[in-house]
Amino acid sequence: MKAWDEFIKGFWSENPIFRLVLGLCPTLAVTTSAENGVGMGLATTFVLVCSNMVISSMRKFIPKKVRIPAYIVTIATFVTIVDLVMNGYFHALHKSLGLFIPLIVVNCIILGRAEAFASKNPVWVSIIDGFGMGFGFTISLMVLGAIREIIGNGTIFSISIFGDGYLPLLLMILPPGAFIVLGILLGLMNKAEIAIAKKSGRQPVIRKEHDCASCAIHTKWFDFSAKDEPAAE
Amino acid sequence: MKEIIRLCFVLTIIAAVSAGVLAFVNEKTAEPIAKALLEEKMSAVRSVLPPYDNEPDKDMITVGLAEGDSLEVYRGRKDGAVTGAAFAITSPDGYSGDIEFMIGVDGEGVMQGLMVLNHLETPGLGAKIETEDFRGQYRGKSLENPELWEVTKDGGTFIPITGATISSRAITRAAALGLNLFQEHKEEIFGGAADTGSTEAEMDSATVEEDDVEEEVRK
Repeated sequence: MKAWDEFIKGFWSENPIFRLVLGLCPTLAVTTSAENGVGMGLATTFVLVCSNMVISSMRKFIPKKVRIPAYIVTIATFVTIVDLVMNGYFHALHKSLGLFIPLIVVNCIILGRAEAFASKNPVWVSIIDGFGMGFGFTISLMVLGAIREIIGNGTIFSISIFGDGYLPLLLMILPPGAFIVLGILLGLMNKAEIAIAKKSGRQPVIRKEHDCASCAIHTKWFDFSAKDEPAAE
Repeated sequence: MKEIIRLCFVLTIIAAVSAGVLAFVNEKTAEPIAKALLEEKMSAVRSVLPPYDNEPDKDMITVGLAEGDSLEVYRGRKDGAVTGAAFAITSPDGYSGDIEFMIGVDGEGVMQGLMVLNHLETPGLGAKIETEDFRGQYRGKSLENPELWEVTKDGGTFIPITGATISSRAITRAAALGLNLFQEHKEEIFGGAADTGSTEAEMDSATVEEDDVEEEVRK
């Protein structure tokens, strides 16, 4: 089923963090606890779904030459809405995420999906893509946040799990911890992907070079004939 | 040329629609935001004051400080007499930016509570200044007890948060400054006639249960 494929790809084969490696600024900065990760993920999901929907419905109206400013204005509008509504109605969450909400504007995932997907697909598929990518992002942030919170603070979702005797490894909730956990998870996911691909006899969705030139979004963006791209949509 | 006009036209329409939507949302959320901010401040005021039976949010006086600054002091009263005052202190010495907190002081200059309002400290480290474990140790302290307002690392008695000595030190020193300010302006705070005054009508307002408010704030 196509819709299901569009939804599920955000979790594994095109996971925004572990496959596309996009939007790392908020990823590294807010994942000090599982709760922050979920909050940030859901806020991003909302913006992503809305911007995908609007951009997809306007895709014939927006001239190619000014598409980037048009996308950014649309995205910034939704981010500001999230910021205002959260400040008014979820004040506590806004306080802990406050600094990072405006940063959703420059989160590459949102512009990336607008450019690589919403501008080329019908509205309902784009909405599904937004949900899939958003939830994939949310779960990735939650896992990162949970691991860092458990090791760095001895709690998960603010519930103590090791008791008072546990001496937390503070490094994990400081910036280096984000890089360490992200790197280990990336490695494990690639290893798992290779094993799964081998078993089912397909090409793994991993590139040898993980740079911008070989990024799925970049190759689609500039319409290169992506011959060596193993997992085209 | 024709194309440029078309591009401008499209972008203008998109920007105008966005502006309209944002104006609408801003209009709708302005009140809840102001309310949430005020409520946040007031619940801090309520939780740091000694027992009172008036409405401290309506009993505010502005105390002029040196250098043209002023301090908004919220007063708690019992049976019409001022029993304590709450005011916000800002410490510029936080690990990342200012730390703003509310302290409550009673007539003897004894701290009744400390509540962090705003900070940018590291989550999981400096951010623990919000916890009761840390804040609680300031309750019942005054300028004479202890005489040295420092964290243990600097020879004082206040126990800093592990890994966040700078944040703890900032609060400790600023709290001492706050108590000094209070002593300097004590006459004004306790003696001065209230701008709004406590009236009989306010007397029967129920005393807020301190602990409940505190729980709410910590969430």
